[in-house]
Amino acid sequence: MASDVSTKGFVDDPTSEVMTVNVGPHHPATHGVLRLVVDLEGEVVRELRPVIGYVHTGIEKSCEDKSYWKVIPFVERMDYVSYFFQMEAFCGAVERLIELEIPPRAKYLRTLFLELNRIHSHLVWLGTTALDLGAISMLWYCFRERDRILDLFEMATGQRMHTRYFQVGGVIEDIPLGFEEKCRSFVEDMPVRVGQYEALLDRNEVFLSRTKGVGIVSRERLLELGVTGPLLRAAGEPWDLRKTFDYLAYPEMDFKIPVGTVGDNYDRYRCRVAEMVESAKIVGQCLDALPEGPFIAEDRKYVLPPRSELPTSMESLIHHFKLVTEGYRVGPGEIYYAIEGPRGELGCFVLADGSSKPARVHFRDSSFVNLQAFRDMAVDSYVADMICSLGMLDPILGGVDR
Amino acid sequence: MPDAPGLELIRQEIERDLPGSVGGTSYEHGCAAMIVDPEQILAVLGWLKETPGQNYGFLSSLHVADYLPAEPRFGVHYELLNFDRRERLRVKAMLADPGEDALPEIDSVTALFPTADAQERESYDFFGIVFRGHPNLTRILLPDDYVGWPQRRDFPVGGEPVTFTYNEHNRG
Amino acid sequence: MEIEKRDPLLAKQVTARDMLRGDLDGADLERYVEERVVTTTFEKMLNLARANSIFPLTFGLACCAIEAPISIVTARYDLARFGAEALRASPRQADLIILSGRVSIKMAPVVRRLYDQMLEPKWAISMGACSSSGGMFANYAVVQGADKFMPIDMHIPGCPPRPEAVMYGFSKLQRKIMGNPDQGWRARYNAAGTEEWARGGPRSEPSAEAAAAYEEARELTLA
Repeated sequence: MASDVSTKGFVDDPTSEVMTVNVGPHHPATHGVLRLVVDLEGEVVRELRPVIGYVHTGIEKSCEDKSYWKVIPFVERMDYVSYFFQMEAFCGAVERLIELEIPPRAKYLRTLFLELNRIHSHLVWLGTTALDLGAISMLWYCFRERDRILDLFEMATGQRMHTRYFQVGGVIEDIPLGFEEKCRSFVEDMPVRVGQYEALLDRNEVFLSRTKGVGIVSRERLLELGVTGPLLRAAGEPWDLRKTFDYLAYPEMDFKIPVGTVGDNYDRYRCRVAEMVESAKIVGQCLDALPEGPFIAEDRKYVLPPRSELPTSMESLIHHFKLVTEGYRVGPGEIYYAIEGPRGELGCFVLADGSSKPARVHFRDSSFVNLQAFRDMAVDSYVADMICSLGMLDPILGGVDR
Repeated sequence: MPDAPGLELIRQEIERDLPGSVGGTSYEHGCAAMIVDPEQILAVLGWLKETPGQNYGFLSSLHVADYLPAEPRFGVHYELLNFDRRERLRVKAMLADPGEDALPEIDSVTALFPTADAQERESYDFFGIVFRGHPNLTRILLPDDYVGWPQRRDFPVGGEPVTFTYNEHNRG
Repeated sequence: MEIEKRDPLLAKQVTARDMLRGDLDGADLERYVEERVVTTTFEKMLNLARANSIFPLTFGLACCAIEAPISIVTARYDLARFGAEALRASPRQADLIILSGRVSIKMAPVVRRLYDQMLEPKWAISMGACSSSGGMFANYAVVQGADKFMPIDMHIPGCPPRPEAVMYGFSKLQRKIMGNPDQGWRARYNAAGTEEWARGGPRSEPSAEAAAAYEEARELTLA
């Protein structure tokens, strides 16, 4: 397969020092099945071509074959550490197409789970990236916290990952008793834990010299390449879709957005770690402000009636039957709805043609677009810096390949 | 989003500078969309990016939707975003299927928006749309020797049927 | 006692000779030896060693990769207690490949090549629904089960399976390696004779050999 990828320039010259090396798709440092074809001159990377598609699952095509609520579990499995975000992007898009208002309690619950998922994603990132850089024990500490978050998810939804919790109209179930105190204790512990992570890494000479000044890409170049999320914020652009566009309960939350200055790997690390603390604050505020009320919309044309109504009301039975067998129909239209995922702008395009199955579902995945910046980050630096940049770029290959 | 009157204003200004480029506008579900002649797509996007009042300098997403059985069949969507005014604008270029083995063509916008590089390759990979002027238009997500354009509406989903007791003797 | 004070070496020799128990005889001696010495075949000893020191390959494809290999080596679901904490990156040094995630058509030849590069004896666990049978993705891009191109020893269902389920599958594989694989449930619950045949149709009757084997199995379990 290396013959498919064209090697430009001076590689055919046997007297030059440049050697083309294949990194991956099976490699401990590539965060999934990413293949890099790297032209190396000694230890310096001269040219880099990522080859992707090794976990391409055809999710977007499969979605055209399924009714709208069956699309939700499919779409969750794209970017597999931030599953709530994909659910929100799709459900939000469909809700805007059918112009369905979700109740306030559902908004707050969704925000709560989204922020918990953001912390989860950043913990997985921190654990695996520190593992790549050699700080192996960070993996165990980060995953200890991650298991606490997964316990919270399991308590509320029954599943650790891929919970299928958001539905069009709200969330599928209310949070159980005991969730709030468990969540609060987690939220109180989180800043302490993050302080411990910082104590481990922030004054570590090796970590600092490996990340400071490495992988700098200018802000303008990042904007040209379409990069968003912590990568863009680390370069100095204070752009966060949670603040710029009002969606869910974010307008009522009080949180800051960490913005870096230099745009090197150290800034990206600091941005994400600070974001974890801010997300914990948002979760605490959501718990404090959680309003009473229904957790899903009342419109029976799109939302399943509660099971307790089924034996008594004929209409509910008919609605239930129609929704389960055929699914709800969405009138013709198209929409693009974007939210701020842990890696950047996660956009969902839904084209509806009036039937009960979407005609096109497309996800603008943040990792797919961010990967284009990798070449700029790694070229003309050492191989070790390339590995570090790859970790700090935080690609999730499920989202890249879909 | 620019609201409906704002969208009309933009359309009028584009029509003044690049006549005949805008086919129609639509404003629904809070989204502003403009249908544009595919031959002038570079000019329109350049105008939207560079004109001092507009500054739609960020391409959020480039994707294709297959509107079969409606004609023209392929809609290439450009989701533009203005950072300062926080407005999104969708530009659509509709391409017809030339029929037989020919592939629909449109100009590549990688010169204006380098982010379109991988996204145009993805559109080529799944729909078979050729972007003229793209530096490296090859398959990106599917194997290099794959035949067919999977996300077109007339391409089958694939897979194999599940084996139950009633049909297991058919499946061997 | 006086011996110990007088001469420590002689004391040690006396206690060692006591252990040999020259005074035992016949059945007593045999029982004494059985309680203290394990005898086995070389094969079984090798299998015991292999099962309790498996070197998994660090191979993660998609979502299941977050649950294993990453989550099972972390402190809560510790894989180290089974002796398998040394995850190896090179297939030449590993003996277990855990296919965690969906196998796409582009990745299938790569997986097969990795499996071929592993040295015998080697095992494969297909974790999750996607690698066991294509999972929910019945489409053009996913291989419908890794069985289609490589031999799999253990399938673990789930999407993604809980780490505890992976541990159970892992310990089941260990028993298989040691030579006593878990019985299928029909043998365990004396349920031979509950197999279903497709009713009607030209080929719905079992073949003569299958019918004979069925009769035999039924006899054995009912006996």
